[in-house]
Amino acid sequence: MSTTRKRVYGYLAEFKSASALYKAAEKVRDSGFKKWDCYSPYPIHGLDGAMGMKRSILPWFVFFGGMTGTATAFALAYTTQVVIYPTIVQAKPANIFTVPAFFPIMFELTILFSGFTTLFGLLALIQLPRLNHPLFASRQFHRATDDGFFIAIEARDPKFSPNATRDMLSEIGGANIELVEEED
Amino acid sequence: MASTTHTAPETHTGVKLPVLEREKLILSGRSYHWITERICGVVENRQPFLWWLLFIPSALIAMIGVGGGLTYLVSTGVGVWGMSNRVFWGFDITNFVFWIGIGHAGTLISAVLFLTRQNWRTSINRAAEAMTIFAVICAGIFPAFHVGRVWFAWFLAPVPNANAIWQNFKSPLLWDVFAVSTYFTISLIFWYLGMVPDLATIRDRCKPGLRKILYGIFSLGWRGGNRQWSHYEMAYLLLASLSTPLVLSVHSVVSFDFATSVVPGWHTTIFPPYFVAGAIFGGFAMVLTIMIPARFIYGLQDLITMKHIDNMAKIILLTGTIVGYAYLMELFVAFYSGAIYEMDAFKFRIAGPYWWAYAAMMSCNVLSPQVFWFKACRENLWVIMIVAMCVNVGMWFERFVIICTTLSRMWLPGDWKTYSPSGVEMMTFVGTIGLFLALFMLFLRFLPCINIAEVKWTLLESDPHFDDIHDHPDHGVTKEAAYQHELAQGKI
Repeated sequence: MSTTRKRVYGYLAEFKSASALYKAAEKVRDSGFKKWDCYSPYPIHGLDGAMGMKRSILPWFVFFGGMTGTATAFALAYTTQVVIYPTIVQAKPANIFTVPAFFPIMFELTILFSGFTTLFGLLALIQLPRLNHPLFASRQFHRATDDGFFIAIEARDPKFSPNATRDMLSEIGGANIELVEEED
Repeated sequence: MASTTHTAPETHTGVKLPVLEREKLILSGRSYHWITERICGVVENRQPFLWWLLFIPSALIAMIGVGGGLTYLVSTGVGVWGMSNRVFWGFDITNFVFWIGIGHAGTLISAVLFLTRQNWRTSINRAAEAMTIFAVICAGIFPAFHVGRVWFAWFLAPVPNANAIWQNFKSPLLWDVFAVSTYFTISLIFWYLGMVPDLATIRDRCKPGLRKILYGIFSLGWRGGNRQWSHYEMAYLLLASLSTPLVLSVHSVVSFDFATSVVPGWHTTIFPPYFVAGAIFGGFAMVLTIMIPARFIYGLQDLITMKHIDNMAKIILLTGTIVGYAYLMELFVAFYSGAIYEMDAFKFRIAGPYWWAYAAMMSCNVLSPQVFWFKACRENLWVIMIVAMCVNVGMWFERFVIICTTLSRMWLPGDWKTYSPSGVEMMTFVGTIGLFLALFMLFLRFLPCINIAEVKWTLLESDPHFDDIHDHPDHGVTKEAAYQHELAQGKI
């Protein structure tokens, strides 16, 4: 028997289908919870609305990342080809009129920087990678990546209460309600 | 199959037309769990004998051809690749363009078909993306090593070289470096990001141990919460929208290597679209070549159905016909331009010493896919495999014809020469085929070869309103009303 103290992470409840999860999510949202999430093996379209979530802000990151790429490519090509080391090859100009020849590289670096911003922006937004999570201690949570549909309400939510939250989850159709604890 | 099952929703006024049911993408009414079991089973179970039968020879060929061939090249000198000849590009750039082209179908399937909401892509996109990565790896070998002293390949990177000379940013060859390396990086990100939820599926099925730790690290701690899915889907959409112009640009830039030169047979504006269509064409053929056997070996017939194969055959027919149009248009423009050098270049291609390569290209790329006009041919896997093999060969010959016939008759008659590759070059090319197959076999062995999450998403019951439709078969009126209600409340 472990002697470490346990801290309550929250309640985990299973729902039988995507439809059931969707309806339950609307009810949890309307009850005013904030620190909770729906877990499903695939993205359920429309669940963002049912959970009261806003559209992802990732495109803004990517827009500025892409613009940085364009500017980097232009600066790199222009500085080296026109300012510091003008090389005349095949009678092509070495002044401002040579800029169209830089377009392919400006395009490629725009895409490259946008791609990296997408990757790292996403990781920042979803707060990954991380090596462990309290939910992985659950005995049923492994099914969330297979065929299980779950709602987890965290104990740090101000509206969380050990009894009322469990009753609510059971009322909206949750089964196998489990108190998930993490080691402190 | 298409049959009338219900009538159009009540929201329409006027005549109600019967709605045709869509053909199902996943057959036999499989459950979520069955899909997980079957796809993870490929990774978790012992590999069939056939896997070893394919992997060991491919790995050996890769080791001898690529490993041995390149070691010999580097230790001896580029002369072993026949670089003393005026047609020195010949074989290596043919192979480079061939492999890069193969990769394009992967990006097309994962990005373009995603943006156009072609849900049938979900069963094949993972393997096609893997194919992209491996094909670009094979492609990269040739330009990297044909520069001569490979230890100076870093001269291609945008840093001043030993003499403080910067790269020529006006050169299509440098554009190519940027295009191909960007393409590889973005394809890798797209492939990996798409795989994270599926790696988490495998992680959650592993017993504690090294496997679980490794899959755990690579799945980044994915939990599948909607607060993650929401950003994830946005990232996927963004990467698809970035990859779509990228894939078009990469082969356009590859074609600029030729089209921006003032050489008869290369200096044409048709090159970018012609190369892109050819790349998609060749890539789809390669997808079929590797997916049809894989589907049998692992029993994935319910996931990769005849409908998927039928769709791919149709794309091969379409792009093959575009390629045929480009071949004919090239000839017409050579004739119509009245430029004698241009005309001579094409006469040399058709009737010169390389006539056999031109004939192989024409018959494999233009004639062989025409059998796909017939449904019976699109349903016969043997016919499909034979045509796909023909296209693989034909697309290689296309690049050979474009590059070698032109280079062997450049402006100076003193340069004219009939080209044949050296033994080491051929060995390296065969080695890359082995490398490609070996890498693909390792992919099947260790990574989920079908997109588990997205395939589940194509099932009918994945719709959050499925129960409503199921319980009240009222032609989706409830669903429509619920949608309108949410729209009115501003939740969508």
